[in-house]
Amino acid sequence: MAKHIGKQSIKFEKKISVTSTASTVGTKEGEGPLGKYFDVILKDAVDGETSWEKAESKIVQDNLNLAVKKAGLSMDDIEYIFSGDLLNQGTGSTYGIRNLNRPFFGLYGACSTFGESMCLASIMIESGGASKVLIGASSHFCAAEKQFRFPLGLGTQRPLTSTWTVTGDGAAVLCKNGNPPYIVGMTTGKIVDFGITDANNMGAAMAAAAADIIMTNLKDFNISPDYYDLIITGDLGYVGKELTIELLKKENIDISNNYTDCGIEIYDKNTQDTHSGGSGCACSAVTFSSYFYNKMKKGELNRILFIPTGALMSSTSVQQGESIPGIAHAVILENFPKGDS
Amino acid sequence: MDNSAKNKKLYQEMVKKASPNSHIIKDCVKAFVIGGIICCIGQFITNYLKELGLTQNDTGIYTSSVLIFLASLLTGLGLYGKLGKFAGAGSIVPITGFSNSVTSPAIEFKKEGFITGLGAKIFIVAGPVILYGVLTSVVVGIIYYFIK
Repeated sequence: MAKHIGKQSIKFEKKISVTSTASTVGTKEGEGPLGKYFDVILKDAVDGETSWEKAESKIVQDNLNLAVKKAGLSMDDIEYIFSGDLLNQGTGSTYGIRNLNRPFFGLYGACSTFGESMCLASIMIESGGASKVLIGASSHFCAAEKQFRFPLGLGTQRPLTSTWTVTGDGAAVLCKNGNPPYIVGMTTGKIVDFGITDANNMGAAMAAAAADIIMTNLKDFNISPDYYDLIITGDLGYVGKELTIELLKKENIDISNNYTDCGIEIYDKNTQDTHSGGSGCACSAVTFSSYFYNKMKKGELNRILFIPTGALMSSTSVQQGESIPGIAHAVILENFPKGDS
Repeated sequence: MDNSAKNKKLYQEMVKKASPNSHIIKDCVKAFVIGGIICCIGQFITNYLKELGLTQNDTGIYTSSVLIFLASLLTGLGLYGKLGKFAGAGSIVPITGFSNSVTSPAIEFKKEGFITGLGAKIFIVAGPVILYGVLTSVVVGIIYYFIK
């Protein structure tokens, strides 16, 4: 059975395999530096639907089906689905999953949702409650802008600290036993709020939560940063990454040599006009499901700490002047079989 | 992580240092040039209408209408947003920016229906400008009445 370790961590005993992944992204993500790693690149923002919201649900449905197919399974084999998105009441996921006819837990952890899905699904498998679980997270640039910011056609300038919401869905099938990589441990994040109120600087709002979870993970497992081949945060962007490194430096932890952020990897800052980088639930979900999963499969990365990060505000809380709470969940993924590391 | 008030304050200073600022001078120059061009177009329309023999009063109304129409059309074609990204305040401040701020929510919220979507949300950006514009004109009008 799973072991509670330190203050906030769990070490898994069973072999929880990430058996397959699938990634579907929008045109802009397809044109970015990771373009060749994605399974499906959409031709436009509506993908044959009549609205952005409907398009997001279609992406969810198609991509979850794809992940299951890539695992060599059928949807009937899946015992649980854990998924979430950014839209109000989680309709991006629920409308995408309503025809799949499988037991479902809808999650909201803002952009940390993929990490939340991964953690809860791993606990489900470890507990013996399931042996095949499907996880996912999605977001849509246009639908998110409409809900959180201004109409797309409004002629305004985005601040340089702002990030670009990734359009897409990332999904994975987790199975008991099966092939590497395995999920071997996790550290559950606390809400960390350092008083940032600028909704155009979410990297800064989430960096403190990211630094906190990295510090806690290292302490709980009694390891140093170089234990990992790579530490990967979700969507802090350039501003948030710099702040995370700096915050940890103050605690005498140096991660500058083996640390990156999905929001930085997914776009080309110079040619794609994305300012501080990518964000949204799909940012960490599609980057993991394509690029990093591929690197682990090839053995170029053998042990990573994957940390989707989320900013837990709403447009109402921002208008009422509330600061933005951040959260981050850390998942340890390894290629080594048990007892081999 | 220590989340004492002192540490939060220190963090906010760190954030200020790490966050890049907008390029103010470059943005001002772009806003000046594009804003100026929009005003020149307005002046060109005004002069042309005067040539046609319209009165001063009518000329103003017609010029505004033409500029509002053009900006609305460009918004529908997806071009005004791109202009705004380049020009910033240069394309927001003139009357064309006002037109853009009404047309863009109208397009975006049409999917939620003509009443609860478009009808309810059309002034989501321009509403405050209209409200406080009218309010300010009333206040200024009262002051003017007494000091006249």
